[in-house]
Amino acid sequence: MSEPVLSVRDLSIVYKARRGQVQAVRNISFDVERGEAVALIGESGSGKTTVGLGLMHLLPGTAKVLGGNATYRRHSNGSAGPEIEVLSLKGDNLRQFRWHECAMVFQSALNALNPVLRVSEHFIDTAKAHGYLSGYRQTAALKQRSLQLLSMVRLDGERVWLSFPHELSGGMRQRVLIALALLLEPQLLILDEPTTALDILTQRNIMDVLKELRQRLGFAMLFISHDLALAAELADRVATVYAGRIIEIGDVRTIFRNPHHPYTIGLIKAVPTLRSERAALISVPGSPPDLIELPTGCKFHPRCPLSDERCRREDPELTELESGHKVACWHWPEAREVLKVYQA
Amino acid sequence: MSETLLALEHVNRTFTVKGQTIKAVDDINLNIQAGEVLCLVGESGCGKTTTGKMIAGLLPTSYGSILYRGKDIATLTNKDRKEYRLGVQMVHQDPYASLNPIQTIYQTLAAPLQHHRFTRGEADTKRRVCDLLQIVDLTPPDDFLDKYPHQLSGGQRQRVSVARALTVHPKFIVADEAVSMVDVSIRISLLKMFTRLKDEMGVGVLLITHDLALAKYFAWDGRIGVMYLGRIVEIGQAREVVDHPQHPYTQVLLSAIPEADPDATRTKKRIELRSMDMPSLLQLPTGCTFHPRCPVFAGEVCERVVPPLKKGDWGSDVACHLVQSHES
Repeated sequence: MSEPVLSVRDLSIVYKARRGQVQAVRNISFDVERGEAVALIGESGSGKTTVGLGLMHLLPGTAKVLGGNATYRRHSNGSAGPEIEVLSLKGDNLRQFRWHECAMVFQSALNALNPVLRVSEHFIDTAKAHGYLSGYRQTAALKQRSLQLLSMVRLDGERVWLSFPHELSGGMRQRVLIALALLLEPQLLILDEPTTALDILTQRNIMDVLKELRQRLGFAMLFISHDLALAAELADRVATVYAGRIIEIGDVRTIFRNPHHPYTIGLIKAVPTLRSERAALISVPGSPPDLIELPTGCKFHPRCPLSDERCRREDPELTELESGHKVACWHWPEAREVLKVYQA
Repeated sequence: MSETLLALEHVNRTFTVKGQTIKAVDDINLNIQAGEVLCLVGESGCGKTTTGKMIAGLLPTSYGSILYRGKDIATLTNKDRKEYRLGVQMVHQDPYASLNPIQTIYQTLAAPLQHHRFTRGEADTKRRVCDLLQIVDLTPPDDFLDKYPHQLSGGQRQRVSVARALTVHPKFIVADEAVSMVDVSIRISLLKMFTRLKDEMGVGVLLITHDLALAKYFAWDGRIGVMYLGRIVEIGQAREVVDHPQHPYTQVLLSAIPEADPDATRTKKRIELRSMDMPSLLQLPTGCTFHPRCPVFAGEVCERVVPPLKKGDWGSDVACHLVQSHES
């Protein structure tokens, strides 16, 4: 049975620029089920971060939500709460939604923490801003709760409690951010490149922490990443984003083992794993499109080895191949054959 | 044909930060053959970039020497120094920062050609610049000559950086994380370009990276060296190092890497470290610097004695007491 926490429908976001409108997100639709981990993967400039920022109302002034909606629904004790229209939230309702319902962990842990505040003050300020354990008498309870979260992310709470961000390593800061995001027990966590710029062993640690926390606390996750390995490791479902649109979405194994969009196939073939044969790796030719003057038809056609007249003219819609697996490509039936995908 | 191009002998490098001495590179010995492909991998702070900079002559050694064609680069004559400076070039990590934003691609590439008198006259320079752009797959070259760096994508800029390094006919290129800032879909094509430079022009490459899968792909028939806290802990034939790692640190790294394959990455056997904390470079552990975290820590000998980097029956050179005692 499907119980989406978040349903995004036809979301479109543009940025104003001197040359024209940057079409960062074009008609994106997806669901995040309760307790599920969904990864949005794509290259820089594909619009994946804009989706996250849009949901949290954190877009810069030059951005404009052109249309679409996002519905959030809290599930507690088996019953679904009222639906919340995320994109039209304002004032107190927005404040209530952020952090209580949905928290975001940002890409750069150093910039996301205030350099002149101790870790403790980050927790206290967050609690105060959202009216959580904020009374004078509840200071001890708040500290206890915070230390408990810090130990869940495998940090020595007592040690980092009074530290400033610069005294912590990158991995520790990232874990502080994750603990902080979970302070008000949100049901949905949006993580923007949570492991980028961290060392391998630190990345491994963050991934293990996230897996463990999700099992324990049961929140849903929306990952935004260019790192296929992260998606392979943590996601239940994967959506490939290209030029502001989802061009393929499906179960993580389907996407990695049985991809049908030439771009997804290309991406997977472009990333070496420890086992891959050298000859099997090739880059996707060309470079990502200009988001102001998008190509006509299918936005991938200038880089696609299968493109023909129809691809240049008409943009394919996402079509369902089998349950849950959708592809936006005119040539999906022969894509795997032509691109010679090695059957795993 | 195998001629030693560069030799590192007991190379050390220390930095002084706020009155304290940090050992960034500790006793590295390495021979690099002409036309060789070598990858140095390790986590941040392990000294791989410092090593690369010393090889490229951008940083002097604190102790030990680097020999270029048998001559110590610290005491070269002017003529030899010029040959070395031209012979070893560096390609930096960030193609947004390493190109001059107010010079066109033509100006960027023409400057070294003219300065070193590799070309005579405008027409000759232009011809050579076009050749170079062709070598790095920026075609047709005429489209790029008058462009500024901001008009190019990250991958194209990195190609311009490589073309600039090639202007002076180098024998060896040090590429420091040269593809990590480039989109995943085009990394492989950049690496293929480096491989072609090696095959067609005999240019050796030292690629510094933190990505072992990428290192294996790139080095393939070359070598991979794994660094930890300033030392090389394992070095050997690339596929050997990745497929049959000997040093416990290499094994831990390989077991920790997430891979772009959902089944493989979730069923991989993990090796747990004894401690997650990276030791401070200010207070390096005694003996083998990996011993406080090592999963197969064997007691006193690891705490006291620095294991030498030794070759064994297993192929790679490994600096670990345990591996060495098993083999002998």
